[in-house]
Amino acid sequence: MALELALDLTEFGTNKMLEIRNLHARIAEDGTEIIRGLNLTVKDGEVAAIMGPNGSGKSTLSYVLAGREDYEVTEGEILYNGESILELDPAERAAKGIFLAFQYPMEIPGVATMEFLKVAMNEQRKARGEEPLKIPEFLKRVREVTGTLEMDMAMLKRPLNVGFSGGEKKRAEILQMKLLQPKLCIMDETDSGLDIDALKIVADGINSLRSPDRSIVVITHYQRLLEHIVPDTVHVLYKGQVIKSGDKSLALELEANGYAGVIDEAA
Amino acid sequence: MNMHLQPQRTQAETALIDAFGERQSLLPGDGAVMIKRDEAIERVKHGLPTRRVESWHYTDLRRLLTSVPSYDDSAKAAAIAPLVEGSPVLAVLNGIVAKAPALGNVTVAPVSEKLIDGTYAPALGVQGDDDAIGALNAALVADGWFLDIADDTVFETPLELQNVQAGGQVHARMAVRVGSNVKATVVERQAGTGSALVSSVSNVVVGDGTELVWLIVQEQPDSTTYLGQFNAWIGKNAKLTLFVMNTGGKLVRQEIRVVAKGEGGEFTLRGVNLLAGDTHTDVTMVLDHEVPHTASTEIIRNVVTDKAHGVFQGRINVRQYAQKTDAKMACNTLLLSDDGEFSTKPELEIFADDVVCGHGATVTEIDHNHLFYLMARGIDEKTARGLLVKAFVAEVIEEMEDERIVEALEEKLVEWFQRHG
Repeated sequence: MALELALDLTEFGTNKMLEIRNLHARIAEDGTEIIRGLNLTVKDGEVAAIMGPNGSGKSTLSYVLAGREDYEVTEGEILYNGESILELDPAERAAKGIFLAFQYPMEIPGVATMEFLKVAMNEQRKARGEEPLKIPEFLKRVREVTGTLEMDMAMLKRPLNVGFSGGEKKRAEILQMKLLQPKLCIMDETDSGLDIDALKIVADGINSLRSPDRSIVVITHYQRLLEHIVPDTVHVLYKGQVIKSGDKSLALELEANGYAGVIDEAA
Repeated sequence: MNMHLQPQRTQAETALIDAFGERQSLLPGDGAVMIKRDEAIERVKHGLPTRRVESWHYTDLRRLLTSVPSYDDSAKAAAIAPLVEGSPVLAVLNGIVAKAPALGNVTVAPVSEKLIDGTYAPALGVQGDDDAIGALNAALVADGWFLDIADDTVFETPLELQNVQAGGQVHARMAVRVGSNVKATVVERQAGTGSALVSSVSNVVVGDGTELVWLIVQEQPDSTTYLGQFNAWIGKNAKLTLFVMNTGGKLVRQEIRVVAKGEGGEFTLRGVNLLAGDTHTDVTMVLDHEVPHTASTEIIRNVVTDKAHGVFQGRINVRQYAQKTDAKMACNTLLLSDDGEFSTKPELEIFADDVVCGHGATVTEIDHNHLFYLMARGIDEKTARGLLVKAFVAEVIEEMEDERIVEALEEKLVEWFQRHG
């Protein structure tokens, strides 16, 4: 009760951009249940951090939100702006504004990064009933964003993520996010594999997208990233459930005392 | 008495032999040519190859060729737009040559003329017991193009040969002598609108020091039987790059027979087979390294969907004195359906001891992780699969140096995927 009250006092919107109710999800192949009755609400403009130890279901949650086929939702609901998205495929979800920044962006040989960006932008425009971008306008936008991320345009001639370093891959994810301008950004372990300089560039990229009509879910194991992207709310995920929620001080508490204390408290 | 058991002829065999009987008097050729035609039809009379013939193991022609259409002399075929805009086009329309454009440095004549005056008779030989395509074509060939490209000629624009059918039977032949130190690209189109039986043989002599790129783009309707044969002899320090693309046909066999005859000769084969429907497509290559210091690489990429069946057989022979041969062969298949099938058989026959030869084959499906990644960026499933299919074959297409050709072939790839993906 106290938590809800605290959240209502913060300045982000009242619309629930994302509402997850009693979600249960399992691995389609072997039926192992990973998400076990998860509840979470993220409002417009909110930056929510999901923290948890290894194996708590953080990455699974991000995949389930994006609609990956390898996971089955067996119970519960995921509402995006009040509408269920469970029946939508990943492309339809993306067209509605949901974006997953991958922990391990995939290398796709043979697909040039530039062509991929153009197709992705235009497919989303098509889904929204907009005209495709003209090439000069497209190039202008790409040039602007690569500049802010300190990326080399020449890299975009290469096949998607192939031969990119860990940091380059993460920057390429932020590049895509900034070009596609999604409404709900899910950042899966975006800090993993980044040195401190790259972390700062990536965090700045994410912060630049903060806006009252955009929500960001930051999934992370460590507090480190949250020094750069200060969350409005922090939720602790353990064994497929949110076992504790709070404000940014919860992240500091976890950093100081580890997950054990929170887990014991919830048990 | 020695009883010889002759199996009963199939309907198709009977139809081919009857066609020869009916057309014989209409076919061009002097006495020497007629003797060659008679010898060739005798091969056909012995029966079409079955799976018991090793080189036809995956393509039992006797069983698969279920019917043979009659000649349709009233059918009118029209030349098609060339692959590269502005290419001079030498067309064979329903078996007969059309008017030729004027070409500098190239002597052009209809093959029918060379048959009538008998000068082409020696080239109508059959290459061996398994040469069913050569035999059928030698017996029934009516026309085609004879080209002689002068030494030192450099072509800026590809030259295009078209064999376009409008139904019935077409038996065409291209005979091309490329002089020394020539740089040229020749596009061979195999296309049409009818339900035809097509045999087409191209014989190419590649002169010393010449760089020749030859493309065969076969896009017959899926009711047509296409039997193609490409024969080439590579001279000293000459480079031949053969690119084969199959995107159509009901029953397709494309044979490639190449001999590296001169030291320093190089052969490159790149193939893209896009197979759909209930079709059968066989690409069979035999490459002879006859002399030392020759090199070859073969890369075949196949995309198979529906119930299509594809075959690639690659045989590399390295003669005993052909030391320092360098040969590499790869065949990679992307299966898009459960019922699609691809059979591949690499064969290396090496009699020399100082050679580098290798081969590899893979069969994969679309990577679901890749598909998810693309879809997670809002790219719908069909478009995403299209991108991944294109990625799989584009690597081979993009090896072509001529950007205009790369673009034209990628367009064909996209069209194919829109129809069948």
